[in-house]
Amino acid sequence: MSMIQIENVSKWYGDFQVLTDCGTHVNAGEVVVVCGPSGSGKSTLIRCVNGLEAIQQGRIVVNGTALAEPTTNLSKLRAQVGMVFQNFELFPHMSVTDNLTIAQVKVLGRSTEEALARGLTMLDRVGLKAQATKFPGALSGGQQQRVAIARALAMDPICMLFDEPTSALDPEMVNEVLDVMVELATEGMTMMCVTHEMGFARKVADRVIFMDHGRIVEDASKDDFFGTPRAERAQLFLSKILQH
Amino acid sequence: MSYNWNWDIFLSPTPSGESTYLGWLLNGLQWTLTLSLGAWIMALVLGIGLGVLRTVPNRLLAGSAAAYVEVFRNVPLLVQLFIWYFVLPELLPTTLGDALKQTDPLAQQFFAALLCLGCFTAARVCEQVRAGIASLPRGQRNAGLALGLTLPQTYRYVLLPMALRLILPPLTSEFLNVFKNSAVASTIGLIELSRQSQQLVDYTAQAYEAFIAVTVLYVLINVLVMFGMRVLERRTRVPGYIGGK
Ligand SMILES: Nc1ncnc2c1ncn2[C@@H]1O[C@H](COP(=O)(O)OP(=O)(O)OP(=O)(O)O)[C@@H](O)[C@H]1O
Ligand SMILES: [Mg+2]
Repeated sequence: MSMIQIENVSKWYGDFQVLTDCGTHVNAGEVVVVCGPSGSGKSTLIRCVNGLEAIQQGRIVVNGTALAEPTTNLSKLRAQVGMVFQNFELFPHMSVTDNLTIAQVKVLGRSTEEALARGLTMLDRVGLKAQATKFPGALSGGQQQRVAIARALAMDPICMLFDEPTSALDPEMVNEVLDVMVELATEGMTMMCVTHEMGFARKVADRVIFMDHGRIVEDASKDDFFGTPRAERAQLFLSKILQH
Repeated sequence: MSYNWNWDIFLSPTPSGESTYLGWLLNGLQWTLTLSLGAWIMALVLGIGLGVLRTVPNRLLAGSAAAYVEVFRNVPLLVQLFIWYFVLPELLPTTLGDALKQTDPLAQQFFAALLCLGCFTAARVCEQVRAGIASLPRGQRNAGLALGLTLPQTYRYVLLPMALRLILPPLTSEFLNVFKNSAVASTIGLIELSRQSQQLVDYTAQAYEAFIAVTVLYVLINVLVMFGMRVLERRTRVPGYIGGK
């Protein structure tokens, strides 16, 4: 069954068309990597999946719920879809613990003790149990991103969206975040990841999507994508980023 | 020029004999404080609400809040006060307007001044709040929403706590302005601090003492407000936050 179904999606910012007729899907347990040049619409597409951006055409269905249906409770749906951002977006005025528990308490209605226990379990999982009482400003970028992942996981999401989770990090911190993501992937989490970390894609991706100018120009299994990308732009792009 | 300094004047009884001149000043101070603090609370509540509305993804709401700001910021405060005090009662339904005119004149003056100062300052607070929210990284809103928080929850728990911290310094100066602006209430007859000192001069001709005393009182208010806001800034400081985007 498709966890995320994206059908013929088009989106405009005023006159500017960001997404043109995008269609793809992410099955339960699948890891799909989205890549493409800057400005190609990757972030926009992934933000459409949990309704942070509205679409003007097409349909997006997450776990059987169509986003555009008037009866759909978007907040409820988002609570089930974890999201990790390029700039971490921890809440700076809250301690790590409060970051981990606020949505569990306010959205899921968990008790503070329950939320704390769940939050700390997830924090332990990303290897940061010792930082529980710190504030985000006191953590390194890599640590902040791992807390952000723990915050999303504490909501017990049915799938996770990642928008370039490592591209704001210093090189030496990239791996600590990727390791957490690899672990998640191997445990069977459904993931849609915008990333240019091709090592990550090779290791755990099931499929790779290549976007260019708001279109999905390649949507292939990992082996096909790295073996023989059909689209010329994708070949060029790959050769560029694989040089490093 | 010779001037007879007479600091004892403050302890002398007023012509009516009910009070001393110091009593007059303190009475004026009391009105200034009540009016200013009342208007400030009103301005904070209204201004934060309007500031939030200016940043919500809804044209009608954002537009209405923007229109409010334009009106209340650009019409001179004195004109606004006259509208609240003289014009508004005429615009109300006759029975209501007449009932209003029957009430205690002091109450009429006070509430007209309170509404006037509160609404005027709210427009200024609104702009600060809007700027504070706008200066937060755009991703914060998305991060709140992505966790399943509703938009109001996102404002309540994510955006406003940071935005308000960022705008504490400009809010301090708005707070100070309220005390200064409260002197306009004297134009409709409310005998607040500045008006009381004027009256003291009229009765005693001890102008220097009166104005020195009133200046000291205003300065004292300023110092207290600034001290209080500093303490608040320190208490709410976010560990390790370097600010901005
Ligand atoms: N709110 C907005 N209003 C107008 N245009 C926007 C907005 N957000 C994004 N765009 C434009 O839409 C296009 C796609 O943006 P998007 O952020 O989705 O690209 P991206 O593939 O994620 O790029 P990057 O790799 O730089 O993150 C860009 O040309 C961008 O300028
Ligand atoms: Mg992007």
